[in-house]
Amino acid sequence: MSVELFRIDDRLIHGQVVVGWGQPLGIQFIALVDDEIAASSWEQELYRTGVPTGVELFFDTIESAVRRLPDYLADVRPGIVLTGSVETMRALSEQSGRVEHVNVGGLHSQAGRAERLRYVYLTPDEERSLKSLGAAGVEVTAQDVPTAAPVSLSAMLAAHTK
Amino acid sequence: MSSVRAIVAGHAALADGLISAVAAITGRGDVLRAVSGAGMTASDVTRTLERALDDTGANVVFTDLPGGSCTLAARRLQRERPGLAVVIGVNLPMLLEFVMRESGGAADAAAAMERGRDNIRIFDATNVR
Repeated sequence: MSVELFRIDDRLIHGQVVVGWGQPLGIQFIALVDDEIAASSWEQELYRTGVPTGVELFFDTIESAVRRLPDYLADVRPGIVLTGSVETMRALSEQSGRVEHVNVGGLHSQAGRAERLRYVYLTPDEERSLKSLGAAGVEVTAQDVPTAAPVSLSAMLAAHTK
Repeated sequence: MSSVRAIVAGHAALADGLISAVAAITGRGDVLRAVSGAGMTASDVTRTLERALDDTGANVVFTDLPGGSCTLAARRLQRERPGLAVVIGVNLPMLLEFVMRESGGAADAAAAMERGRDNIRIFDATNVR
């Protein structure tokens, strides 16, 4: 399969994704799964300008991503499937049954979230969703950049708990 | 009104570092304000940048990387601020040109960008003798 990475990152397209992962993995397409962005041509144009030439950018709702995931997986080009929230990735995984590994790349500090790792802050709901992904057999690891060591779900959830 | 005429926004401590170099060379570090997106959600990066623009009255943002979160935040803010100029690919010669100019508007941003681009060179086996 040629989706190299299923990534949860609340910044969506940014330096770590297009350069940090995109270049070493030779990424040639990114499927950005977000219902709101999929409905906003202005937001889409914004993200398009952030992607290097040679990388094709697709915008999907959860529903269209579930439908197109087999095509992404069969694409000969290496790609990234990107969501801005745990919930969207969980929905994609549950509805498609085709997600084997989820990379938690960046969920940053905001109200209601507790720090787990420097780049992973989770609400109780997000924690439950990640656990349910894990319980469904999806390998969930946290890793911001390729040169960092991946952190398992259990280690992530054990970190910084008080 | 503050003396700040542009925001420099980038990854990690890049903006602070560039501005410290501008200050060391020209003494005009106060023309620029640094914003870092480190550790923030995309919406917090946008809010932080928006606050910096409001606080200073600046209408120019220099950012480091086309697909970076600061660049996307600045481009997003342009929707409500048509007078805002966003210059991507900041470097030190670019900022030096900007701070040495007087007005600090979008025309200066364009001239600064040209200077920054002109100052990128390579000396290698093809042109060193």
